[in-house]
Amino acid sequence: MSTSVPTADNMQVNDPQLKGKLKKAERFLKIRALLLVAPLVLFVLFTFVFPLTEMLYRSIHNPILVDNMPQAAALIREWGQVELPGEDIFSEVGKALVIAREQKTIGRIGNRLNSEHSGMRSLTTKSARKLGKYTGDDYKTYMLGLDKRWGEMETWSAFKVLSSEYTMTHYLAAFDMQYNAKGEIVPQPEDRQIYIDMLLKTLKLSLMVTVFCVILGYPLAYLLSVLPSSKSNLLMILVLLPFWTSLLVRTSAWIVMLQSKGVVNSLLLYLGIISEPLDMMYNQIGTVVAMTHILLPFLILPTYSVMKSISPVYMHAARSLGATPAHAFIKVYFPQSLPGLSAGAILVFILSIGYYITPALVGGRTGQMISNLIAYHMQTSLNWGLGAALAGSLLIVVLVLYGIYNRLVGASQLKLG
Amino acid sequence: MSDINNKYVSFQDVQKTYDGEILVVKGFNLDIGKGEFVTMLGPSGSGKTTCLMMLAGFETPTQGEIFINGTAVNRIAPHKRNIGMMFQNYALFPHMTIAENLAYPLQVRRMGRSEVEEKVKRALDMVELGGFESRRPKQLSGGQQQRVALARALVFEPSLVLMDEPLGALDKQLREQMQYEIKHIHARLGVTVVYVTHDQSEALTMSDRIAVFNNGVVQQLDTPQGLYEKPVNSFVADFIGENNVLHGKIESEENGICSLNVNGEKIKATAVTQAPAGTQVMMSIRPERVVLGSHHEGIDNSFVGSVKECIYHGDHIRVRVSLLGQDQFILKLPNSAATGGVSVGDSVQVAWSSGDARALDIVEY
Ligand SMILES: Nc1ncnc2c1ncn2[C@@H]1O[C@H](COP(=O)(O)OP(=O)(O)O)[C@@H](O)[C@H]1O
Ligand SMILES: [Mg+2]
Repeated sequence: MSTSVPTADNMQVNDPQLKGKLKKAERFLKIRALLLVAPLVLFVLFTFVFPLTEMLYRSIHNPILVDNMPQAAALIREWGQVELPGEDIFSEVGKALVIAREQKTIGRIGNRLNSEHSGMRSLTTKSARKLGKYTGDDYKTYMLGLDKRWGEMETWSAFKVLSSEYTMTHYLAAFDMQYNAKGEIVPQPEDRQIYIDMLLKTLKLSLMVTVFCVILGYPLAYLLSVLPSSKSNLLMILVLLPFWTSLLVRTSAWIVMLQSKGVVNSLLLYLGIISEPLDMMYNQIGTVVAMTHILLPFLILPTYSVMKSISPVYMHAARSLGATPAHAFIKVYFPQSLPGLSAGAILVFILSIGYYITPALVGGRTGQMISNLIAYHMQTSLNWGLGAALAGSLLIVVLVLYGIYNRLVGASQLKLG
Repeated sequence: MSDINNKYVSFQDVQKTYDGEILVVKGFNLDIGKGEFVTMLGPSGSGKTTCLMMLAGFETPTQGEIFINGTAVNRIAPHKRNIGMMFQNYALFPHMTIAENLAYPLQVRRMGRSEVEEKVKRALDMVELGGFESRRPKQLSGGQQQRVALARALVFEPSLVLMDEPLGALDKQLREQMQYEIKHIHARLGVTVVYVTHDQSEALTMSDRIAVFNNGVVQQLDTPQGLYEKPVNSFVADFIGENNVLHGKIESEENGICSLNVNGEKIKATAVTQAPAGTQVMMSIRPERVVLGSHHEGIDNSFVGSVKECIYHGDHIRVRVSLLGQDQFILKLPNSAATGGVSVGDSVQVAWSSGDARALDIVEY
């Protein structure tokens, strides 16, 4: 062609330049957008991502021997766990214990070893004291003479488990397992198996709370969505009212209601329905009732907002096509409200799995949940690694459940509004 | 035709109020014959949907009775009325495929599987959407969705189908195409259709008869031709088609022809109004019934006006003249050599026959 209309070829000549210009023009916009969200990103980083990774890191990080007796730890790592260690390991451990005693770290080391195998604290402190006076060079014979426990495989397995910087022992403990003397993973003794039971109980209570929230919340959300706005606004305020009062106050109110001399029991006794007060507080009933009450709005809100967006015309269409009201509701309305309901239910379930205050206040002994155990390890036993591992396994369980849900229903089906 | 066939659907003195204060529908009477295509036409808010909803059973009349096939239906639940319905926004169930949507009315009627499949296929073929069975409504265009909605309203073979502004969400071209499609299907299946629209041209092209609504009252019930040619009051004349209006007082009436005083001039028009002399009325005449020059047969009104605007429309020319104090008087002149010479500023002789001009009651709206 002889016209001056640019062809595809001579337009492409400009391309690199054009791209550069485009990038330049967009860079400014991008930077501005980034600056706007920067405070949020930093906030999330410092309040969420950083603490969470730190916590998860603690659940596998195990520096106690590597930091305090590096040479001994390196040797033990190589030990095969088939027969007792040789003189080289005995002498390194012996010397290291002496140094640890001088540096006053022997207590911490002993404590940590003790949590792998009981009796290790007294063994290490006692031996360290005696070893301080030992000047010979046959540590193996001397230590075996000091205490026969130095000749047991279990003792050395405890060292072996802690000899590497990263360890799965906390996670094993969180699932009621441990390493045996041969370094194999075996279940904990029966009397020390508590965490799996606790996890199962937590899942059971959370499921109950979720089911009750669905049973109570779904009809209410429906009512809210069909009432004229003057009435539904008032009702919505009542639904949200619990958010305006402190969690502590609301939970304590349930104590007043449900304790053995509380309002409910007094009323039932007075009416002659029961002859002895029911145990509704400081057990699982108390936990479930109070948590259902507290978490109910989290189910109602997403369900309501999805229901609000379902046009009544669908029900009309279904009725005109010959469906009874019940059939139309089940086949046409319910499936459309499901994204909101399942989003709300998942929210309630995940919130209740990690719930702490309510079980702590009203759960008594039997109504405790796994977060109460985590708090115990964080605050009382100071076994942060185990606490972190429990929290980590909770996170894993939630992710697995979410994955299953995603498989069955599809996360794209979730709607929070 | 028997009485039942003339009154397949019958509204008898139906009233409806939602709030106990305002009557949304007042004294509504309408008989619809079997197989007829009747349209309720009126501006938004005039109570058309309310009437349709009462017929479908989603609203109950405050007073009066509705009969379908001779049976009073006021106390029959919607799902037992066997009425097909089409809604403005399609109302296809978003969580079901097209086939499931169509199968729904058949499944609630407990039809066998093979029969359901057979009928769904036939209904989809009817609206030329074979092969779309497994799509979701969202994956179809507006026009396709509306065709599915039509198929769904017909698949269970109801003898009465209601349509509430079904084409309102479509663009103009698609709307016209769907109008013909619905019309053809109506002719083929012989179902009775009650159609609601606020679009007068849609009503004119599709309907056997049209009920023109305003303020909850039927202003006129007539064939499209009757409505256009013989509107009974100012509302209908204004609402249907284009219309030139002159306001004046009745001076006298004789043999159905009255003479009006408009701006000091005397105009002859067909007396549709029964009002006595001295009443203010409205004279209405269609633009295409007005001619230039006074040499035509049967012309008994002729006035001089000045041309304000000429717009070329190809087959015709639209001329706006100022006449009798009204400067929005429109003429539609066929595009011929005779009318080619009109230009802005000319003085022209504007004329019409009193048979085409109608003196109408002025109704408030
Ligand atoms: N469910 C309802 N509640 C109260 N008022 C309504 C309701 N539906 C319609 N209306 C009122 O009734 C009047 C007629 O409405 P409608 O029948 O929808 O008119 P149209 O379909 O002709 O536009 C309107 O003024 C509208 O506000
Ligand atoms: Mg309407």
